[in-house]
Amino acid sequence: MTLNIPSFNLASIGPWITLSIFAIAILLADALSPKGNRTAAPLLALAGLAVAGFQTISLWGKNGLDFARMVYVDNFSLFFYMVFILGTALTVLISLQYLKDYGKNLAEYYALLLFATVGMMLMAAGAHLIMIFLGLEVMSIAVYVLAGLFREDARSNEAALKYLVLGAFASAFLLFGMAMLYGAAGGTLFLNDLPGRLTAGFKPLTLLAIALLVVGFGFKVASVPFHMWTPDVYEGAPTSVTAFMAVGVKTAAFAAFARVFFLAFPTLMPDWTMVLWVLAVATMTLGNVVAIAQTNIKRMLAYSSIAHAGYLLVALVAANQLGAVSLMYYLLAYTLMNLGAFGVVILVGRKKDSYLSIYDYAGLGAQHPALAAAMALFMFALAGIPPTAGFVGKFYIFSAAVKAGYIWLAIIGVMNSVVSVYYYLRITVLMYMKPAEADLGPINFAPAVTATLLLTAAGVVLIGVFPGFLYNLALNSVKIFPGL
Amino acid sequence: MVVPVSYYLALSVALFALGVIGVLIRRNVLVILMCIEMMLNAVNLAFIGFADYFKAVDGQMFVFFVMTVAAAEVAVGLALIVAIFRNRATVYVDEFNILKW
Amino acid sequence: MLINYLPILIYMLIAVGLLGVIVLLSELLGKKTHTVQKDIPYECGMDPIGDARSRYTVRFYIIAMFFIVFDIEAIFLYPWGVVFKPLGWFGLVEMGVFIAILAVGLAYVWGKGALEWE
Repeated sequence: MTLNIPSFNLASIGPWITLSIFAIAILLADALSPKGNRTAAPLLALAGLAVAGFQTISLWGKNGLDFARMVYVDNFSLFFYMVFILGTALTVLISLQYLKDYGKNLAEYYALLLFATVGMMLMAAGAHLIMIFLGLEVMSIAVYVLAGLFREDARSNEAALKYLVLGAFASAFLLFGMAMLYGAAGGTLFLNDLPGRLTAGFKPLTLLAIALLVVGFGFKVASVPFHMWTPDVYEGAPTSVTAFMAVGVKTAAFAAFARVFFLAFPTLMPDWTMVLWVLAVATMTLGNVVAIAQTNIKRMLAYSSIAHAGYLLVALVAANQLGAVSLMYYLLAYTLMNLGAFGVVILVGRKKDSYLSIYDYAGLGAQHPALAAAMALFMFALAGIPPTAGFVGKFYIFSAAVKAGYIWLAIIGVMNSVVSVYYYLRITVLMYMKPAEADLGPINFAPAVTATLLLTAAGVVLIGVFPGFLYNLALNSVKIFPGL
Repeated sequence: MVVPVSYYLALSVALFALGVIGVLIRRNVLVILMCIEMMLNAVNLAFIGFADYFKAVDGQMFVFFVMTVAAAEVAVGLALIVAIFRNRATVYVDEFNILKW
Repeated sequence: MLINYLPILIYMLIAVGLLGVIVLLSELLGKKTHTVQKDIPYECGMDPIGDARSRYTVRFYIIAMFFIVFDIEAIFLYPWGVVFKPLGWFGLVEMGVFIAILAVGLAYVWGKGALEWE
């Protein structure tokens, strides 16, 4: 018996290797060094992310498969690598002071962030469903632990356990879908092979598989009706982890969602767009309507993130090139504006999250004008008001829907955006129009968080005013989907 | 003698359904974790059945990874349960009610 | 064909039947004495104190978790064992990396003091 070992190029998964090595190094350094010295871990994490970023840039423009057709090396995945690296790096920056206040500035935290990032990259680049499943789990298991980081806090425990139980439940559905797909496709799970192998004879089995995949991915992106965990987990988890979940997990899940559905099921588009149409409408509407009733800022942002999942589903439903472009653009914009908003929440929350009610923002405009201005900008961006990135993203998404003939979907989406303006602007109104109930007291402007706010605010405005560069980048990346 | 693939599938679907029902109706979080394991094993069975039927090895490879992932998930789950038990002294999901569902 | 399994069925019937017959015979033919001493759960040794379902110390859970995680590596070693020769050095290096990562995990656990019983 002889085995052909396929040729492979380690450089094509360079970012994964770098991040894994750095994460392992952080763990080892922490376990083997004497107690007390904890400053190295975040620096190592940032260094690893920087190296991975350079590797990603050097891979840019490649287009192909590697590792026995298991991994895509193309601009679509590399674009998402950059979004993940950016999201994780900003998360590291907003975590530092926050975790120190809790006495939880642990090396494991940073290692787990890096491992989760590797998982996300696997999801974006997986060319075989096994890779996507593994990536999903590598990411999820790391995030389960992160959500339970505050071991002594019953809320953090509860959030983590709920996330784990429901997450594992959803991944079981996803897996069952993959098993059914394996059967329907006659024993292959390569995304490239699937369209040719899904013959008409097995259509019921294929549809069942697609439905189960929608359940699995729908859970991770927090779409209605699989959203029940979102507000609880977002509220109970440490704020920096919530930011990471809202940004990274959702982006990765959408990257895999888009890749699998656009690449593997182009012939069944009428079937799955119909399902996603319903999900998109339900997700947008429920997220926006329930967000109005929230008084806890983290819960409000949780429902807002559900609503944004709805908008992003519209981009999937459109299923044309502009839809895919708008998905990529919006996910980057969403990463920036959401991380910025959570950065403000961390600053305003102060020692151990004492100020999380939206009424704690009253009077912020008078006492901390710069912080209030930043928050107002992020709220405008999330609401989709020009000239921010949120507006451009929504414009692309709804144009894609109109272009694909889903006029009503676009109308419902725009109406939902109008509803969302209410609760985003309420924060702004509170900050500027209402006097503070008491003196807000000093806010500890940790340099790393301030830098994050500046960066994200600049980014939100910049890519909102000059979207052309990103648009071309994304348009160039979505050429890999022949079915669109 | 060959076991037809439909037998594997029927058993797999039955196991999966039992797991789903278990997750939905049981209160003890340890039992819920076991039910999730059962769902994953149902998936494994389906993969094995198909892999045998199509004479393809992808399915068997998948099973290895599912088992590994399941083990990791259970390890994290157990750790979280121990942590929550230390704080709350309960393993019943309807008593995890600080955050409203 | 299910008929091929007939011997197994017969075998099972014989096994169960034999067991039943033996239990029945000892019940019928055996000599029975009932005293207070004889009817307590343990005929000899100490009287049981308290509930038999005692709680385990939480340390067992931690050890169990480590066991799960490190035990599962074996399922990757078996397939490697099957194709050890054809894979040659490539396989050896690959598995070396795999085991090295696990060893790092062990070093981490050890360094964190999770293996100390007290």
